[in-house]
Amino acid sequence: MLQAANLSIGYEHRRVASGIDLAVARGEVLCLLGPNGAGKTTLFKTLLGLIPPQAGAVTIDGRPIVSLARAELARSMAYVPQAQVMEFAYTVLDLVLMGRTAHLGPFSAPGPRDRARAHVALADLGIADLAGAEANRISGGQRQLCLVARALAQDAPLLVMDEPTASLDLGNRLLVLERVRTLRAQGYGIVFSTHDPDQARELATRVAVIADGRLAAYGLPDETLTGPTLSAVYGVAVAIERTESGRHVVVPRASGTSP
Amino acid sequence: MLPNSAGCSVALARTDAHRTAVVLIALAVILLAALLLASAFGPYPLAPGQVATAIATRLFGATQSGPIDTILFQIRLPRVLAAALVGAALAAAGASYQTLFRNPLVSPDILGVSAGAGFGAVLGILLSLPVLAIQALGFITGLATVVVVYGLARALRSQNEILVLVLAGIVVGSLAGAGISLVKILADPYNQLPAITFWLLGSLAGIKVSDVQAVAPLVILGLVPLGLLRWRIGVLSLGDDEAKALGVNVRFVRGVVIASATLITATAVSVSGVIGWIGLVIPHMARLLVGPRFDRVLPASVLMGAAFLVLIDTVARTAARIEIPLGLLTAVLGAPVFVWLLARGRRSWS
Repeated sequence: MLQAANLSIGYEHRRVASGIDLAVARGEVLCLLGPNGAGKTTLFKTLLGLIPPQAGAVTIDGRPIVSLARAELARSMAYVPQAQVMEFAYTVLDLVLMGRTAHLGPFSAPGPRDRARAHVALADLGIADLAGAEANRISGGQRQLCLVARALAQDAPLLVMDEPTASLDLGNRLLVLERVRTLRAQGYGIVFSTHDPDQARELATRVAVIADGRLAAYGLPDETLTGPTLSAVYGVAVAIERTESGRHVVVPRASGTSP
Repeated sequence: MLPNSAGCSVALARTDAHRTAVVLIALAVILLAALLLASAFGPYPLAPGQVATAIATRLFGATQSGPIDTILFQIRLPRVLAAALVGAALAAAGASYQTLFRNPLVSPDILGVSAGAGFGAVLGILLSLPVLAIQALGFITGLATVVVVYGLARALRSQNEILVLVLAGIVVGSLAGAGISLVKILADPYNQLPAITFWLLGSLAGIKVSDVQAVAPLVILGLVPLGLLRWRIGVLSLGDDEAKALGVNVRFVRGVVIASATLITATAVSVSGVIGWIGLVIPHMARLLVGPRFDRVLPASVLMGAAFLVLIDTVARTAARIEIPLGLLTAVLGAPVFVWLLARGRRSWS
C-alpha cells in the first residue's frame, strides 16, 4: 500500500503544498485532480521518490521510500509518464524491455526470460503485434499503452500514471481507460492524474483534489466531485447533472442558477 | 489471434538479436581485414601473407630480426594499433555522450575535453617539452577541464542538470580555445606554430610502441565500465525521471559515463591530437546497422570506429608524399556523410 502522511511537497526554497494525507491499496484507483500549477506534478514526483518530501513521509507497505534503493522502489512502484516522441527510434519491444531494468543485475542486459515477460505485458494490453514497430511511429494511444506495458513488465503492484489520457483522441482515450479498469480488476493499485472530473468519477475508488497548497478534498468520488467543490477549486461555476443513462457529468452552470 | 501474433513478435525479436550478432561479427572481420591491410601498406609494401606469418611467428614466441619484423613491429603495427585504439575510443565516447545527453548531435568533446587537452598539448609544444611530456600535459589538462566543468555545473545547482553541464562545457571549452589562440600567437612561427597546427589537426605520425603500451590500458579501463553498464546507460536516454523510476541510480551511472568517456577521449586526444567527426558520425552509422539500443550501439561503434580510423590513417600516410592531417580527412569524409544522415529526414534518429 502506498501512503502519504502529513506530506509537504515542493522544491528547495518553495513549498507547493502541505498537509497531504492519502493512501492507495491494491485494487484501488486514486484519481488526482487539481488546477494547472496546483502541484499535481510535484506530488507525483514526491510519491515516486524523484524529489524528497519537505516534511512528512511517503511509505510503501510501511517503509519510507527514501530508505529504499532505486531498484527496490522500482520493483514496488512503476511510473507511466505521458507518452512523448523520443530522441531515439526504439522499438516497442525495446521500450517495454526497459521495464525489466530493476530485475536485472547491475551489469546485465535483458535475457530470454525478460523478453518473454515483455511479450506477455504487450499481449495483456492487446498490442502484441506492435512489438517490432518503432515506438515513435505508432499512434499516441498505442504509445501510451506501450508505456503501460513497460510498467507491467516492471512487475510492480503499484502503477503511478501521469495524465495518461491527456492529448489522446476519443477512441484512444476510451481504449486506455478500458485497460486501466482491467488493471484495477487484476489487483493493481493505481494513482492516476487527470483533468477530467467525469473520468475520475468513472474510474476512481477514491479522489484527491489538490488546490491552494493543500488537499482541498479527499474521499469517495461522489463526496469529493461535487458542484461546489469543483466550482471553488477551478474558479468557474459548474454543476453536476445526471444523464438519462444515470451517469453524472460536470456541466457549466448557467448564471443565476444555484449549484 | 493473440498468441499467434505474440509468437510472431517473439520470432521477430529473435531475428533482431540474430541480426545484431551477424552485424557485429561482420564488423569484427572488417576490422581484422583493415588491420592486416594497413599493416601491409606503406613505403615498404608487405604482402598481407607476410604480415600474418610474421605476427603468427611472434605470437608463438619466436623472435626474428629481419627488416620485415623491424618495420612491422617497431613502426607500422604500433601506428595501426594506435589508430584502432583512438578510433574505438572516440566512437565509444561519442556513442555514450549521445545517449547520456539524449542528443544525437553531441560529440566526445561536448564537455570541453578536446579543447582542454589541446591547450595542454600546445602549451607543451610552446615550452619545447619532450613528446611524452606534451602527451601527459594534454591528458591532464583534458581531464582537469572536465573536472572544472562538472564542478561548475554542480556549484550552479540547477533543476536541469544536463543543460547546465553542457553550457558549462561550452564556457570552459571556449576559454581553453582562447588559451590555444594565445599560445599560437606566442609560439615561434617557424618551428612551433607548424607543430601546433599539425597537432590540432590530428596525426599518428611518430607513434612508438611505448605510446601504444601507455594508451591501451587507459582506453580499455574506460571502455570496460561502459560495457558493463551498457543496459543502464541506454535506459538513461529516456531522461532522468523515467530512468530513476525504472530503477537506475542515475547520478552514479551518469558519473561513470562522464568519467569513462572523459578518460578515453583525453587519452586518445593526448596521443593523436584533435580528430573530429569520428565521435559524431560513427555512432550514427552504428545505429543504422544495429538500431538505437546502447548495448548494441556501443560494440558496433567500437568496431566501426577502430576500422574507420585504421583505414583513414593508412590513407593519411600513403596517399601523398607528405602526411595528411587526420582531422582533414575525417572532416572531408564526415561532413558529407553527416549531411546525408540529416537528409534522411527522420524525426527520430534510428
